[in-house]
Amino acid sequence: MLKEDWVALAADHSTDTVLNARADARAQGGQVSDWMPYLPASSSPFCPDDVAPDSLTWAETVAPGGYTHKVLARGTRLRLEDPTGEACAHTLVYNALEPTERLNVADTQKIPWQAYLGAGHPLLSGDGRVLATILTDTSGRHDAFCGTSTAAWNALRYGTALPEGPAPAGRDLFVKAAAKHGLGPADVPPSVSFFQGVRVASDGSFEWFGSSGAGTAVELVAELPLIVLIANVPHPRDPRPEYVVGPLRVHAWRTPETFPTTPADERFDASPEVRRAYLNTLDYAEARGL
Amino acid sequence: MTTTIDNPVMMPVTTVPVPTTTYLTPDGQLISSVPVGASYADNTHLEWGDPLVPGAVVLDEQVAPRASWSGVVRAGQVLTIVDVGGNQSGDCLLYNAHHTDERYSAQDTLAWQDNAYIRTGTVLRSNLGRALMTVVENEIDRQDTIGGACSRESNTLRYGHHVMYHHGCRENFLTEGAKHGLGMRDIVSNINWFMNVPVEEDGALGIVDGMSAPGKRVALRAEIDTLVLISNCPQMNNPCNDFNPTPLRMIVSEPDTDLEYEADS
Repeated sequence: MLKEDWVALAADHSTDTVLNARADARAQGGQVSDWMPYLPASSSPFCPDDVAPDSLTWAETVAPGGYTHKVLARGTRLRLEDPTGEACAHTLVYNALEPTERLNVADTQKIPWQAYLGAGHPLLSGDGRVLATILTDTSGRHDAFCGTSTAAWNALRYGTALPEGPAPAGRDLFVKAAAKHGLGPADVPPSVSFFQGVRVASDGSFEWFGSSGAGTAVELVAELPLIVLIANVPHPRDPRPEYVVGPLRVHAWRTPETFPTTPADERFDASPEVRRAYLNTLDYAEARGL
Repeated sequence: MTTTIDNPVMMPVTTVPVPTTTYLTPDGQLISSVPVGASYADNTHLEWGDPLVPGAVVLDEQVAPRASWSGVVRAGQVLTIVDVGGNQSGDCLLYNAHHTDERYSAQDTLAWQDNAYIRTGTVLRSNLGRALMTVVENEIDRQDTIGGACSRESNTLRYGHHVMYHHGCRENFLTEGAKHGLGMRDIVSNINWFMNVPVEEDGALGIVDGMSAPGKRVALRAEIDTLVLISNCPQMNNPCNDFNPTPLRMIVSEPDTDLEYEADS
């Protein structure tokens, strides 16, 4: 902000007494910005067409370079949308009941024998259970190899990584989001990212695939109660010298029909590995009375 | 919610009498009915090797099959790991020895070098992007950091619940980490020395037959004081150890000061 703009902004406010300051603060309510949570969630201006607004439990547009986090009930559907084709949703999930159980990227790639995330792919914990399943995916450009950015990487790439500045690092945002659930820096493990993809060439080098364009979405189902952390920052291999990332839309909802995966679902038996992962998940949930 | 699952009834396995095995212990022989995993066959060819870099040896230890190991490699020192029996995965985690919240990050290591495999010259980076160790010498085409560690729990997904009692690398990491105040949350995606995990064009990925051989080595120079945890992988359900768990040898050297590494050029 330029100095003269700041002076002009101050001139718009009458805050010389407590009563005036209160009136001034209260006059600011009810406005909207391009990136904000919508409360109640049913008031979201971007509710997906196929979702009843009253079933929404989380509605938010995450700012470029921003982060968000939420605890979701088991069976909740979570849809991440990339309205501009520039979002990059670095994501971590934890079992909300026992957060030492968390996303394990190695098992998430190794156990399905598939490195690239897509519809049907389970997000596995290190405890042999499915934390969330990707139900639908219209992007196809995701990544589980490179993780998110560090302050050291952004300082190298963009010349700055100050958390209050124009190029915040994904890890620093994760550390803050985790802290708000009582988790420390050691609780931020490798992560996955949605909407910006890489592929591995035969010599091992990463080929930048980037985005598949504006308007794509991934939808997940929470197989256990989840802590979800999302950092919306550029993919670390984004080749552009500019720090460019678009807004991210987040919607979650729950209805009597939004179950976690059960044996009645085709995906339960999609492979012998995933079937046993769902068996382990149901075993845990039922013993725990969920 | 109670879920009914149509699961085929498994054939009950009855073993009467309980089988026992004789084990060599430091104090003699022990007869035990514990189903511990396999160790290498008597006719296995072992090559114990030598340090990969010239210099004074400050530590030289063997890691038995299935066992765990840890040690601190001081900045400037070089750790040579010898694959004594060939194709024996040495699952490995690294930590800043003075502040273990800073630990090895497979993703930062790969993103910084823009390549999915570890080779000579790879800088093993922390979750803060800092260099923990550098691969200064390496006798294998490529080393793995995608495949992660085996565990009792993930073995149930990969092979079935009948192998849940098998020993696994996560158990070893918990055993060894506990000696340094580390627990579940400190176990992250690891390195697998001497293990082969190709990523194919369509994203298919998995542990396949290894490219190592008895006596093959890798050498890691510590850039800061680094705590190294090793699990000598006990897995008996895939080729990460040729289905024949063998020892590893860990040698820490104080390298000669005028040494120049090709990896640094």
